[in-house]
Parts: sequence; structure tokens; C-alpha cells
Amino acid sequence: MEFLVRLVQVHEAFREAELRALAELTGIHLEILEYRADSPFCVVRLDSVSSARALISRAIIAHGIYELWGHGKNYESLHEDVKSRSAHFWKLYETVSFRFKVESYQGKRSSSEHRQIINSFEYVGFKGPIMMTGADQSFMVFEEYNLTESKPKNLWFGRLVGKSDREAITKYDLKKRNYISTTSMDAELALVTANLALAAPGKIFFDPFMGTGGFPVACAHYGAHVLGSDIDGRSIRGKGGKQSVLGNFQQYHLTSYYVDGWTSDLTNTPLRVRTGQSGRRGTLDGIVCDPPYGVREGLKVLGRRDGRENDGPVVVDGELAHNRDGFIFPKRPYSFDAMLEDICDFAALMLVDGGRLSMWMPTANEDDKHLSIPSHPCLFLVSECIQPFNRWSRRLLTYQRLKGSDTVEWQPKVREGPNGRAHASDLNEFRKKYFEGFREFDYNGQPKQKSRRG
Amino acid sequence: MKILTLNFLMCARKACKSSSDAFPLHPRDVELEIVETDINPLFIRNILPRVEWAALRAMCNELGLPQLSETQPSCTDLFSTENLDPDATDSEPTQTLRDLHNLLVQTCIMEGKLVCGNCGHEYAIKEGIANFLLPSHMV
Repeated sequence: MEFLVRLVQVHEAFREAELRALAELTGIHLEILEYRADSPFCVVRLDSVSSARALISRAIIAHGIYELWGHGKNYESLHEDVKSRSAHFWKLYETVSFRFKVESYQGKRSSSEHRQIINSFEYVGFKGPIMMTGADQSFMVFEEYNLTESKPKNLWFGRLVGKSDREAITKYDLKKRNYISTTSMDAELALVTANLALAAPGKIFFDPFMGTGGFPVACAHYGAHVLGSDIDGRSIRGKGGKQSVLGNFQQYHLTSYYVDGWTSDLTNTPLRVRTGQSGRRGTLDGIVCDPPYGVREGLKVLGRRDGRENDGPVVVDGELAHNRDGFIFPKRPYSFDAMLEDICDFAALMLVDGGRLSMWMPTANEDDKHLSIPSHPCLFLVSECIQPFNRWSRRLLTYQRLKGSDTVEWQPKVREGPNGRAHASDLNEFRKKYFEGFREFDYNGQPKQKSRRG
Repeated sequence: MKILTLNFLMCARKACKSSSDAFPLHPRDVELEIVETDINPLFIRNILPRVEWAALRAMCNELGLPQLSETQPSCTDLFSTENLDPDATDSEPTQTLRDLHNLLVQTCIMEGKLVCGNCGHEYAIKEGIANFLLPSHMV
């Protein structure tokens, strides 16, 4: 059966990946027949109406899915298609209450034109009452225009079978959340991230850079149980009460999904790699994270900037300093690229077979041509979604842990100690470019002189 | 910090990762609290095979909690019927499932310390949040 997905014309690069992830999650065979980045209309083939409903029920970057009754380049061909394709449906809806609407994308119609269009479908023979709200069935005529033209270039007619989860964006809106920080991911993309990572009931998810808990909350919305950690314990505790990670879970009545949050550094994680007779066994179903880019939040790991790790413990008043209240654990800046590699290593060790890692990575736009996406022998890159900004963009990378890849031999990277008095920018190319305003460079790596006009 | 989480965690020091004494961590001077949480049979069913039973038994011993059975319950012990579909209404949770939920999910360490059996390092737990940061000479 063919269906029309009414997508939302935002985050275009994420939409197809989201549909495919939801198909994988629900075990539905999805065939995408027509998809264009510049159009909110996508035609798919699915085996049944219930599959269509299941597929769309969690979608974020879509409005709904429609049983496709006809398609045409103009009304003449649309009516012809409806008559040949869907005549067997008409009788089923002869007496139910219904709603009939026309929606124009990049075009406009007056209400009398709407009426004319609707009346032209008279031949379907619906006799039930017309209700604008609460109708049993909803029918929709979609018109797609080119921006400058007055006639639509594409027309579809369909019956609404399922609505998306787009309302969740309003529910989890950061403006209404009790506890957020400067780097909280907006609700829409956090929910999409949870979708791409296949968060679902019964699963256990982990965010190693949880901050104020935005990703864990999004995963819990889909019924996954969540663990989180952050190198800064203050972000987990917050000010206490409502102003804390736990407070956020309370706000959304999701506390039963919040397993734990703790303070730790990913490069010295307390999570244990489980081993059995047949080798490594996974613990986590999914890992979602937005690692600190080193711009607004510094990227730091445990250690000392000056490399004096071997000085031994400090004793204050006969007590080990690090066991005293208020001890500040020394931290040093760390390379962003190294962190991404460490996350991949960590995911390869901790994920169950088929488990997913969804992580965000910022890049300067000029890097596009020679961009290196982190890779790992045990991880398969499922999708790469780009969110462009003015001079930089960020990518949501989703990996799946390969089944049976434990036979692949690899070793987690062992890193050298601190790089002396390295400055954060020396370790993080993106940070450097960000603070230099993404200047262009010439062939010799020197900043280009700004050319003046006139 | 829930007992379930403790079953996933060991000493954070790289030097301790290969030691069998660094897991499980040993609770000291702890305050326990039962935090009421909705029972989620599907979650317990999925998580049970990932629990290290011997470590969980040892943990119960150290905390003075009721002794667990010697062998790990299997997923079939969690539901009264053969039907393992947790959405099915006829699959009543068994006492085993309730006990596991009570232990793994509802029993929390609110205050205290976790001590590594290998290096002796102490990790503090405050307000239910453990701190696994390390001083620089241990990194």
C-alpha cells in the first residue's frame, strides 16, 4: 500500500534518517518511493494501515501519514487516479462523519476555491455528517506549488491514518523546563536523537555528558530507562529540588525511568565492561550524547595541565586531601577529536550487539571537503545528519554496534598524558576556528587578507 | 544510587580495570532508602540477564539485605504464565519479579562511600549521587 507522509519542512537532513530509524525500531518494512529535500511530501510503501500508524506515532519531523488515494500533476489527472486507484475504499466511508480539507504548500487558495476543490470530489459519495472537529475520518487534498508559480505542480489526495508525536516538542520545550543550561539541546532535536538511537521501553540508555539531562529526558519520554554522568557533578545536582536533573524528570512525571546520574569523566569511567565465556557482553542498549565542543563548555578530563601527575597524594591535617569535602579534582583540557574516538571505543565496549550510539559533532563549513568522521571496526555508521548554521554546522552521527564483531581485533586507544601547557585551542581545531570567526585560510595556512571593495 | 547501577560500576582507575577485586565496590557507612518506583516488568526482564548475580549476592550480604537465591532467576521465573509478552494482561508479575524490583530499582544508597577492594580508594555518595572523579596521581 502507498502512503503519503506529510513531513515538516525543518531539519531536512534528519527526516529520512528518522523514518528509517522508526521503521527499524518497529520492525516495519519501509520503502521510500518519493522523497525530496525541498518538499514536505514523501510517498512510501508499507504493508498495512497499522504499520503506517505505528511508524508515524513516534516521528518528530512529520505531521502525519495518509493512505494515498490518488496523485496527479493537475486536478484532471488527480481525479482520474483517485477513481482508478481508490474506488474500492469509497463505500467503507459512506456513512461515517468526516472532515475534508485542502492544504497548499508554498501556495494560497481562497475559501471559495477550497469549496470548489472539495466539491469536485463529490463522486466519492460520502453521505455522513461533516464535522470540522472530532470527525471519524479526515480527508486531505495536498497541493504543492513552485514558489513563483500560481498553479500547483503536484497534488495528492489521502485519508489521515496516523498523527506524529510532534506535540512532544511543546511538552518538552526548554522555555517551560525548570532546569536547563546554556548548552541544552532544543527539545525537537533531543527527541530526534532519541529516535535515531532507537530509545524504547525496557531498554537502558546512557548519556556520558548529561549536563542538565536533556537527552536522558528525551529517551525516557520513549520509555527507555536512563543513566547519565557528567564531569561536573554540580550540573546533576543543580540547586536542588526542581532545579536539578531529578527535578526535570519529576516535572514530566518520568522519575521511574531515571535510574541514576553520577559524577565521572569518560576517559576514566567507572562503567564496567562485562565479559562472559564467549567474550565481551554489552550492557547498554544505547548511548546518546552531545560532547562539549570546547566553546561554551570547556572540554576537560581528569589530570593536571602541568603534567605533575606523579607528585603523589596531598595530605592536609593528616587526611588525604581528595577525601576531604570540597576537594576540587584537577582537570586538564583535552582534544575534541580524541574525545570522539574515546566515545567510539567506549560504545564498542559497552553497547549490546545492535545497540546504537548517537552523538553530535561540530564542524567548520570549510572543512566539509576533507572532513573525517570518526570510525571504528565494531561500529557501522547508520546515518549522518547535518544541521547547518551560518559558518559552522553540526552533525548527528548515528552508529550501530555490529553483531558478532567481537572477533574483530582492536584495542582501545591508549593516550599519552597531558600535553604540557597546551592551550585548549591547540587541542581543538574547531574551538580555534570558532574564536577566529571561521576566517578563510590561503594555501600556506595563513589567514587570508580581507579584500576591500572600491 | 540504585543497587542496579552498582552492579554496572567498578573502580574508575585504569590500573584497577583488570583486577577482580575492583568489582563490585564495597559500600561503607551507607544510608539506605527505599524510593518507591512503578514496577516495570519489561525492564526487569531485559536487564536481568545483564546483572552479575554473584556480585549482587555479595552486595546484599554486605548491606545486610535479605539473602538471594544461589542461582540467578531466569526470565521465565518473572511471570506466572508461559506468556512472556509483558503487555499481555494474563502475565501476572511473580514474587521473584517484585523482589527484584524492590532490590534493584527501589533500594538506593543516599549517603556513604564505595570502596575499591583492589586499591582502597573511596568514592563518596552524597544525596544519592556518587562521585567517581580521581585525584591526579590516580589518573
